[in-house]
Amino acid sequence: MTDLAYVSPRAGQRSTASRLGRVALRWTLYLLLGVFALWFLMPLFVMVTTSLKSLDEIRTGSLVALPRDVTFEAWKTAWGSACTGIQCEGLKPYLWNSVLIAVPGVAISTIIGALNGYVFAQWRFRGANLLFAALLFGCFIPFQVVLLPMARMLGILGLAGTIPGLILVHTVYGIGFTTLFFRNYYVTIPQELVRAAKIDGAGFFRIFWSIFLPLSLPIFVVSVIWQFTQIWNDFLFGVSFSSAGTQPVTVALNNIVNSTTGVKAYNVDMAAAILAALPTLLVYVVAGKYFIRGLTAGSVKG
Amino acid sequence: MTKWLENHVPKLVLAPSFVAILLFVYGFIAWTAWVSLTQSRLMPRYEFEGFGQYVKLFSTPRWDTAMTNLAIYGILFIAISMALGLMLAILLDQRIRVEGAIRTVYLYPMALSMIVTGTAWKWILNPGLGLEAMVRGWGFESFTFNWLVDPNMAIYTIVLAGVWQSAGFVMALFLAGLRSVDGEIIKAAQVDGIPHWRIYTAIIIPSMAPVFLSAFIVLSHLAIKSFDLVIALTGGGPGYATDLPATYMYAMAFSRGNLGQAASSAMVMMAVVFAIVVPYLYSELRAKHD
Repeated sequence: MTDLAYVSPRAGQRSTASRLGRVALRWTLYLLLGVFALWFLMPLFVMVTTSLKSLDEIRTGSLVALPRDVTFEAWKTAWGSACTGIQCEGLKPYLWNSVLIAVPGVAISTIIGALNGYVFAQWRFRGANLLFAALLFGCFIPFQVVLLPMARMLGILGLAGTIPGLILVHTVYGIGFTTLFFRNYYVTIPQELVRAAKIDGAGFFRIFWSIFLPLSLPIFVVSVIWQFTQIWNDFLFGVSFSSAGTQPVTVALNNIVNSTTGVKAYNVDMAAAILAALPTLLVYVVAGKYFIRGLTAGSVKG
Repeated sequence: MTKWLENHVPKLVLAPSFVAILLFVYGFIAWTAWVSLTQSRLMPRYEFEGFGQYVKLFSTPRWDTAMTNLAIYGILFIAISMALGLMLAILLDQRIRVEGAIRTVYLYPMALSMIVTGTAWKWILNPGLGLEAMVRGWGFESFTFNWLVDPNMAIYTIVLAGVWQSAGFVMALFLAGLRSVDGEIIKAAQVDGIPHWRIYTAIIIPSMAPVFLSAFIVLSHLAIKSFDLVIALTGGGPGYATDLPATYMYAMAFSRGNLGQAASSAMVMMAVVFAIVVPYLYSELRAKHD
């Protein structure tokens, strides 16, 4: 860690001019940081204020003005009666769909990833590296390349347009990342530990259960948050493999925003967008540290 | 028997994932590759036809636009996100008192779905009631900011929203990189009286080369798969002005009923990813052996 304004005690006494310069630098620093904070916050601010305005006020007022008469009408509509195409049930059923897709998807892919990572880190065998590379490659393919055959496969399995179908898709394409997380975490645990446990007669699962699992809480949190964010925010799979009743919330939101006929209800759009974003935002606010760990773990350690 | 099982448990544990990846990744890629060499339209046909789909693809103006857009968007998105991310990381690395809070603010867009991001920016950038109207309301009557509906400028709104979403993430990557630089070297340089900007340009940033590489990989990956953002922000329009390969592929697959074109465009997308990721994976795995 370094510091532009860091000056050793001796240098600090050099002159008042340099001290003034230092203060100015400090202020500029905070000013810049503040400006960028505003830039990042502005869309969220606009979304929230717009969602609390009436359409009349939106048409006459300014984008960044605070609402004069706060109304929750737009929220009510977004929740229960906004139209996603022909259906007008709001976002509620689609939020529920997303939960039904995300919970099993996250759980299954994380458990598989934990076991895979454990093998790759501690039970290496000939060809393991190649296998790991093959698995990792799956993280990087553009999903467009599997879209068409997946649609046919889901049809063959009788899962086309269903929630179990989407769970399957998210699980399969999530394994690469979850395996990567757990492998990189378990690889830091000394192999001597496993060797000693083996000598004591413990087997594969026993060692995992009593040595690795108790150490794994942080990486489980990272993996769960990562997968949850990925699945909740997914649009491509959702729009390709769902049918009218099984669409996830991102698809429903897009339908509300882009297929409204007649008057554009911007306030409803914004309320719906916030509703769709709330679960992942909440996770981020509550467990931001682990969220960042997931983002960086995948890429810094590779 | 138990002995055999004992020895093979690790492989058995991996087996389901192995089979799944073999089928759902490699098998599916092979299927798409094959279909891209046929004359499939609404339904797949499996008679080999040759490279006709690719010839047709590259003579389609819409695909041309999509690839040009990917180049514009990809280069600007990656370059601006990296520059901004590095700058924010260095600014935040100066013993800022409220660092935690600022970091939280910079990074929250990464938790949002691109559909949400697109929806928000679509509203902000709409000329009628958004930013343009706001600035006009301040008295600048001739102020124009209609990129969203200008075919020549619309792609830059995608860049803007994309950077907004990803810059904080790049900052987090770089910040972690900055903090992992050996403090002793930095202290030694400070004792020697080397100016702080020199410490950054000569010591810290060069030692972060791997972080630059991973940021580049992640961002290029994000750029190529940017589909949701375009759909939500511009819907590919005005006209086809903001089409990306991902939206082209989707249109061919699901609304035009042209599987051959969809498959061949998907294969080109994969080739682009290949060109970037394979050298990276190769070097990563080689480093693991050392």
